[in-house]
Amino acid sequence: MATSSTLSGSGGLSRRIRVEQIMGTAMSLDLRDRSIAPAAVDAAFDHLRDIDMRFSTWKTESEISRLGRGELSAEKCSPDVRVVLEQCERLRAVTHGFFDIRGHRPDGRLDPSGFVKGWAAESAAGILAAAGARNFCLNAGGDVIARGESEPGRPWRIGVRHPELPDRLATVIEARDVAVATSGGYERGDHIIDPHTGRPPSGLLSVTVVGPDLSEADAYATAAFAMGPGGLTWLDSLGGYDGCMITAERRLVWTPGFARFKADSDPSDIGRAMDLRARIAPCMRRNAPAVTECLRQR
Amino acid sequence: MTIVATALGLVLLFSFKTPDEIPAPGGPAAIAFGTPAPGATSPATPDVTSAGDDVNPTPAPPASSPPQATAASQQVDGDVIGTQFGDIQVRLIVSGSKIVDVQALQLPNDRRRSAQISQFSEPILHSEALQAQSAQIDTVSGATYTSEAYRESLQSALDRVHS
Repeated sequence: MATSSTLSGSGGLSRRIRVEQIMGTAMSLDLRDRSIAPAAVDAAFDHLRDIDMRFSTWKTESEISRLGRGELSAEKCSPDVRVVLEQCERLRAVTHGFFDIRGHRPDGRLDPSGFVKGWAAESAAGILAAAGARNFCLNAGGDVIARGESEPGRPWRIGVRHPELPDRLATVIEARDVAVATSGGYERGDHIIDPHTGRPPSGLLSVTVVGPDLSEADAYATAAFAMGPGGLTWLDSLGGYDGCMITAERRLVWTPGFARFKADSDPSDIGRAMDLRARIAPCMRRNAPAVTECLRQR
Repeated sequence: MTIVATALGLVLLFSFKTPDEIPAPGGPAAIAFGTPAPGATSPATPDVTSAGDDVNPTPAPPASSPPQATAASQQVDGDVIGTQFGDIQVRLIVSGSKIVDVQALQLPNDRRRSAQISQFSEPILHSEALQAQSAQIDTVSGATYTSEAYRESLQSALDRVHS
């Protein structure tokens, strides 16, 4: 079922919204460019539905299902399936096995659906871009591709859902031209399993990764979630990708590079911290009993 | 700027408590305290309790009750400093431009690496959690929802066009 609506506002704001149920979730497009032909939007959604049918793990005769049962070898699969398998194998290596399309389902079924969702969304975004769209936001069931601006001079504002309060946010990302993927246990109840232990990881409520490609961001978010709190160090080591985590203690922690996306980052905090450090320095050299009082006086 | 931190002195001095949840958002910037100066310490045995898991607690010396963090307080965490008693991270409670309290957290060693990266952190509290409307967001990133769950979701509210 598709729903579609258009809002034309003053000041050149145009907002076309279309939502379709694909891949078991809702895919929402918010298109701000006025002049894009409806046929381009149709083509983008047609592509998402096509990928859904061909990669479904639920359709017993899909290539993925047959591959999973050993009825089909990887070499005999269609080019798209082979590309997906190759990318997932590359990501399995990059994530030290924490992203593994074979390792996370209790029934052992091959399941590339997380990767496929982001990969399909990237090519759908490409279809829109080829048709001239520069300003749109595609939300594929909670994974987001944001291109351009929501209105002239205003980057997209992407909320990160609070893991425990469905109608609240943990933080806000502000960006142009970015993919945002979130992994967490709260929607499907611990469906993410650490392939090394076979059990859900503990210590994290969710991970959000930001970077240029949604399928990569999704794999990294999945892997970092499976790693647990130490995954933040690993995220920080990735080139071109940054992220944040929400711990079981309800703390939001983020990589230094994520600060440039975090909407409420206050640059003056950095200045204030430097000032404080300068003021504290003399206290750190004194005899121990005086330190607290010295600090409190500064 | 390098600051010499007398880590043992810090351990001796500060009372430990569970950090208060501070209502004000932000304040994630870290202060680097650098490494402890060798030999520049007070000699007595430190008595510290742990704010983390898996460390045997020992009682802290009694302290006068610390100043309460106010609604305008911010929490600023420093680097993790390794000492012979374990890793320590100093936490400052700052109100405006004044330091109103200093806390030291003793961390189990296996948390050191994640703690070092987690200089950027803040609590997300239920009472203070952001509302989508006031945050003026365009879309929500979250764990994948089913089509069923979408209907009641924040994203579906955003997708509805209001005339």
